[in-house]
Amino acid sequence: MSGGFISRGFFGKRRPPEGMEGRLPPGQYYESGFPVLTVGPTEKIETDAWTLRVDGLVEHAVEWNWNSFQALPRTTYEGDIHCVTKWSKLGTNFSGVSVDELLKLAQPQPEAKYVLATSFGGYTTNVPLADLVDGKAWVADTHEGQPLPREHGGPARLLVPHLYFWKSAKWVTKLTLLAEDEWGFWERNGYHHRGDPWKEQRYTGD
Amino acid sequence: MTDAPSVTGWQIADVVAAWPETPTAKTLRLKLAEPWPFLPGQHVDVRLTAPDGYQAQRSYSIASSPADAHAIEITVQRLEDGEVSPYLCDVLEAGDQLELRGPIGGYFVWRGEGPVLLIGGGSGLVPLMSILRHRRLTAPDVPMRALVSVRTPGDLLYAGELGDDARLLYTRAGPPGWAEPPRRLTPADVADAAYPDGLAFVCGPTGFVDRVADLLLQAGYPAERILTERFGPT
Ligand SMILES: Cc1cc2nc3c(=O)[nH]c(=O)nc-3n(C[C@H](O)[C@H](O)[C@H](O)COP(=O)(O)OP(=O)(O)OC[C@H]3O[C@@H](n4cnc5c(N)ncnc54)[C@H](O)[C@@H]3O)c2cc1C
Repeated sequence: MSGGFISRGFFGKRRPPEGMEGRLPPGQYYESGFPVLTVGPTEKIETDAWTLRVDGLVEHAVEWNWNSFQALPRTTYEGDIHCVTKWSKLGTNFSGVSVDELLKLAQPQPEAKYVLATSFGGYTTNVPLADLVDGKAWVADTHEGQPLPREHGGPARLLVPHLYFWKSAKWVTKLTLLAEDEWGFWERNGYHHRGDPWKEQRYTGD
Repeated sequence: MTDAPSVTGWQIADVVAAWPETPTAKTLRLKLAEPWPFLPGQHVDVRLTAPDGYQAQRSYSIASSPADAHAIEITVQRLEDGEVSPYLCDVLEAGDQLELRGPIGGYFVWRGEGPVLLIGGGSGLVPLMSILRHRRLTAPDVPMRALVSVRTPGDLLYAGELGDDARLLYTRAGPPGWAEPPRRLTPADVADAAYPDGLAFVCGPTGFVDRVADLLLQAGYPAERILTERFGPT
């Protein structure tokens, strides 16, 4: 229906820098800053009160405190992130512990197919397990060499950079492995259950 | 919690009217080809297409009440360097068309509960205006008040429509004869306006929303009764 529609007098001026065109998913624009979008107030979590738990359909439910988490092997993600509010940040980096590393210790049961991530403050988001493994996701505590700021989810957030950024739950504290998909906060509020930016899966039904 | 109406596909809307709200903000009244129901607080995504196929999308809150059934209104604050807002403010006019989809968002929505405290900074007043307008049209008995923070009188949207239910604060300069010196919202402002057991809707630039959400926590609002929408950048 909208095929062929052209906005009279619009020419666009926020095209991606040369060489980066192929890195912008449909409907996204290039943003050089790092905007903040959160539900409700920003959480304040001290590292001594911080814990991360992996539970649900696993052989061993495991819980880390800040120190034991820091002792895990670390890796870095270099690349792009895409927010459903239309901005993409290209060429950034985060480091932390890959979800593979966490699952190595917890050992998912064969029925586990989905993950519900829960944050301090109660925010939740659901992600298929397949989207969190094989080097595709992290619990990140560092952004561009600095401790992850509180407003960006510090001390640590989930990082699933190949999905829209609301899946990268700020202030994450728990990953629960499930057999059935259980929708999280935004997913119950009109946003897509998977959120692949390259398929422009913004809203329920996209 | 009732479900909010969910988003439908892209459609072309007619711009049936357009008027300035301030020297730097414009309201567009849009007649949808395929109208949908919505709740106050929801927004639309607007998509602009250039002749070479390049597209830009942005979100804009609905300013009008769902009871205003013939069209929806959005109010756009012009950002000097922006891609989309200067187009909507300077180029688009009545008689043009605009591609959009909606209604979007199931969280920052007012479903008729009360009492309600609305706190808006700058163009963050837009979705709050939809709530105020909808209350006036459909639920005048629901207790509701608004705190509105703007830099100067020239930044105040909907000035003629804000009545006793809105308290204004100027952060740079007030109108001539305004008794109060320019200042930011204080804990006392928020505590004075707070309703025990109410909902609070906060919308505006990110820094404003973060500060106000903290003030509401201090005033005793539990986090789950503070609904926030952040428009701006960091
Ligand atoms: C849910 C939602 C609802 C929104 N509702 C409204 C609304 O009702 N009315 C409205 O006017 N806007 C609203 N916005 C903001 C709107 O979507 C655009 O971000 C805004 O119009 C700027 O777009 P642009 O293309 O003009 O600027 P862009 O080209 O996107 O940005 C220009 C530059 O300015 C920066 N920038 C972006 N926003 C601001 C700001 N507020 N102040 C200073 N710098 C900024 C950006 O970081 C960017 O670097 C809403 C945003 C969201 C997420």
